[in-house]
Amino acid sequence: MTAISTRDIVLIALFAALTAALALFPPITLPLIGVPITAQSMGPMLAGAVLGARRGALAMGLVVALVALGLPILSGGRGGLGVFAGPTVGFLLGWIPAAYVTGLLHELGWNKLTALRSFVFATLGGIVVLYGLGVPVLAVQAGLSLKAAALGSAPFIPGDLVKAALTAAVALSVKRAWPIIRARDIATA
Amino acid sequence: MQPQVKWGNPMTVSSIAASSLRLQGAAGSPLPSLPAAATTIEISDVFHGFDGREVLRGLCVTLTQRRIGIVGANGSGKSTFARLLNGLLLPARGKVRIDGLDPARDLRAVRRKVGFVFQNPDTQIVLPTVEEDIAFGLKGHKSGAADRAAKVTEILDRFGLADLRQAPAHRLSGGQKQLLAIAGVLITAPDCIVFDEPTTLLDLRNARRVGQVIADLTQTAIVVTHDLPLLAGFDRVLVFDQGRIVADDEPGPALRAYVERMT
Amino acid sequence: MSPLHRCPPGPKLATLALAGTGLMFVTNPFAMLDFLALTLLGFHVAGFGGARIWRQIRPMLWMLAVLFLVQGGLAGWTLAALIVARLLTLMLLASLVTLTTRTEDLIATLERLLTPLAPLGVNPAKVGLAVSLALRFLPVIAEEAERVREAQAARGLGTHPLALILPLIVRVLKAAEEVAEAIEARSGHDDGPALSR
Repeated sequence: MTAISTRDIVLIALFAALTAALALFPPITLPLIGVPITAQSMGPMLAGAVLGARRGALAMGLVVALVALGLPILSGGRGGLGVFAGPTVGFLLGWIPAAYVTGLLHELGWNKLTALRSFVFATLGGIVVLYGLGVPVLAVQAGLSLKAAALGSAPFIPGDLVKAALTAAVALSVKRAWPIIRARDIATA
Repeated sequence: MQPQVKWGNPMTVSSIAASSLRLQGAAGSPLPSLPAAATTIEISDVFHGFDGREVLRGLCVTLTQRRIGIVGANGSGKSTFARLLNGLLLPARGKVRIDGLDPARDLRAVRRKVGFVFQNPDTQIVLPTVEEDIAFGLKGHKSGAADRAAKVTEILDRFGLADLRQAPAHRLSGGQKQLLAIAGVLITAPDCIVFDEPTTLLDLRNARRVGQVIADLTQTAIVVTHDLPLLAGFDRVLVFDQGRIVADDEPGPALRAYVERMT
Repeated sequence: MSPLHRCPPGPKLATLALAGTGLMFVTNPFAMLDFLALTLLGFHVAGFGGARIWRQIRPMLWMLAVLFLVQGGLAGWTLAALIVARLLTLMLLASLVTLTTRTEDLIATLERLLTPLAPLGVNPAKVGLAVSLALRFLPVIAEEAERVREAQAARGLGTHPLALILPLIVRVLKAAEEVAEAIEARSGHDDGPALSR
């Protein structure tokens, strides 16, 4: 594994700051479902799709560290170590593997990236992996059954699909204008 | 790491001795009050390019003056030239020597000798508060915390930023940010400071303030700029065009040649 | 400066960590209220009034209310009250630590805590730099986001999310190059200043 360069550290820090700044965007409420969509949970998908697996995951790890240091950077102004005692902590910690998987898939499919593929990658990382971790933790923390926790989380999925689509559009534009990711072979993954 | 001393090059030996004396910060005076010898910069036959486009084409120049201005149109190669002077870029071909030091071999020594002030202070200020950011350049040095704090205090006083010591950097005005950026470079006591368009983003009053700071420096200053009045009183001005030096003279004649070319 | 402000971050963080685990074993809602009162006393000792406390509670109010209702409906109101009181106590305690500790000192403590991980390839100085950089650029990026939003509105592009997020990301990536260059230029090392102690 190559060492982390100064440039990598800066990219990681700026994407952590960007994810924090996304909390400031006003939430959009989807018609029919009535669940607010916050921009912030796009952070892990964007970090993975733009920075790749390792830097993306480290950027999200930095967000978690900033929350732990007590900064109110989560949407709704939440932050501090108290968050880690809360019911949604799995979704926060899940940002790290979510960004990693999104990034890894983008690296593997980098040379033949299409909007559809990028959307699928972001969905796998940013939704499947994230909920796979977030839902069980929610069940344990809030004393709910797994089914109840899943049902409680499901209304957020349509919003997350919109975010995956936006991420795909961003990933393709950034690949053209300012590529950061380098393609990687299955063999080295 | 100690800079490598090359025997047989008296210029290098003496200036390294001078700079390391200053780094040790004798008796609360980390900044020299007497002008040190001007830094000698030798550039010979330097080529450099990006994406197949040549930006510098066979540049040859030796700089020994204390105040050197660099002007030229956008894309003339002047920013690339500036970045060669402290090893931010290494030349694709040719030789760069700073007081005899080769940036490709003695990068740390060159970085300590040559400071760099960028156009946009917003991306040059890297730590959250004024105090932390000024001390950033000292992190690698072996000086103790008390010594570091004393240096920070001295430089804050000198720049009139003492009241802002604990302030978050992003609350500062544009002019204050550029002063902070310069202070953060000065604290490491370099022999020479390269300025890349230091006044471009400033209003007239702050541009004058920065001009005065540059004029008062005891160090060698190399200033890349479009702000021609900034160069009044300089020793030498180079005019860049398409990767070459097309005029090299005192400010008066050099700037006249530049204006003629541009109009 | 209150005694809590003067106290070094280490003991404060240790107390918080201890409370985080310890409070899980408190099952009596009234005992939990005692701990909550103790935490509020801490705010008083630190010289913070009711307004300051309310500012800490307000952002988590909505979540606590939802949790209370869901828990109450599913598992009974006593347990719901206990869980909400525990969460509130922990969150306030964490805020108290944050409010009485300079971030700079927290970062230094974080670096020290990470030192034992050095053999695993964790470089505490790099982590410290990353945290500081994020703190430095958070307000810058937030302002930048606002500027992009205004610019798009002025061009009549409305607020299509893509028109908002894409320019912001391109600016962040461009800024990252400049910041990395500045860090290199300002450090006596080719690998950043605090990165190779």
